[in-house]
Amino acid sequence: MMVWKTLTRWYHQLGSPRYFYRFSEVLLPWLWPIALLTTAVGLVWGLAFAPEDYQQGNSYRIIFIHVPAAGGALLGYVAMGVAGLVNLVWRMKMAEVMIKAIAPFGAVLAAIALITGAIWGKPTWGTYWVWDARLTSMLIMLFLYLGVMALINAIPDPRQAGRAAGLLSVVGVINVVIVKYSVEWWQSLHQGSTIKLTGGSTMPPEMLTPLLISMLGIYLLFAVSVLWRARAELLWRERKSAWVKELV
Amino acid sequence: MNPLRKQRLLIIIGVLAGLGAAVGLVLYSLSQNINLFYTPQQIVSGEAPEGAQMRVGGLVVDGSVRRDEDGLGVLFDLTDGAGTFTVRYEGILPDLFREGQGIVANGTLVRRDYFEAEEVLAKHDELYMPPEVQQALEKAGHPGAKPEPAEGSGY
Repeated sequence: MMVWKTLTRWYHQLGSPRYFYRFSEVLLPWLWPIALLTTAVGLVWGLAFAPEDYQQGNSYRIIFIHVPAAGGALLGYVAMGVAGLVNLVWRMKMAEVMIKAIAPFGAVLAAIALITGAIWGKPTWGTYWVWDARLTSMLIMLFLYLGVMALINAIPDPRQAGRAAGLLSVVGVINVVIVKYSVEWWQSLHQGSTIKLTGGSTMPPEMLTPLLISMLGIYLLFAVSVLWRARAELLWRERKSAWVKELV
Repeated sequence: MNPLRKQRLLIIIGVLAGLGAAVGLVLYSLSQNINLFYTPQQIVSGEAPEGAQMRVGGLVVDGSVRRDEDGLGVLFDLTDGAGTFTVRYEGILPDLFREGQGIVANGTLVRRDYFEAEEVLAKHDELYMPPEVQQALEKAGHPGAKPEPAEGSGY
């Protein structure tokens, strides 16, 4: 019961623009150096110091960018879906702000995943692109991100825009499930997951460790960027309120 | 939770469940088309239409690669353990093409046991390891040195 009470209190506090602004102000100054450092350590370790692969040689190193970007795009979409649900049910302004903040960074990560995948695909598979389930569903995810951005920009009233974008975010979560399981449900050219949530990963620790660090780094960078963008959006939306006037 | 919000939540859950079911059914009914390739078992059992353009995927049988005396032509057998057939291809093979490795070929199924490929793609598995580890495994005769695909994961 105590846990539930704390959670609801947090939920209501973080739902208040003013509280969110103060909370992120405390969080960001130490979160962004950690995010930057983690990403740098993971990428340098992976790209320069991890051993090469017995079959692919050095070209496999693109995994240290590809997998974090793809994972970030998926996670970001789930977060956007949760914000969309909160917005549709509770009509919370903070949720609208979060959708608007997440969409562009998620789109960039999805694009990075697709581009790095194509660059890796040419030497490894022999083709840049093939319409298999994983690649196609990932492309759809990029379009869903762009669709959310377009909806927000096309509707002038921010509350209506937020509701439309929220609906697309919630519905699009179905696609996240499809991306995740596409390599298991269908025969695809894309290989299965290297990192498994249950059971052993199919990678030795000297490769897996930098990969996990890169993933954590990119996720943290994603979170930092979203927080920053949400703060800017908040200030603009609440520009007529007393607490913003006091700040600026 | 107040009744209005509860109603909205129920509507959204209903919409999601309905859409999820619809998407699931569509994907299920289209699974033949979403599968990128036919497996050797499907080819041998006659499930794949003869004479049609299609993709096939499988493991290149060890010791089955036969190159033409002149030219780029190559013949090899493709298997998934349940069926085997021969593929002919003319052109440059991808770097990762080797015996025991998974590939996907695009072309025409001439007979149930003979496939003319126009394009051969190497299918990489999810296994990564440093060369020293692989050599050590091979020396010790460990089965991990020759990566077998995990059950049900394709090639």
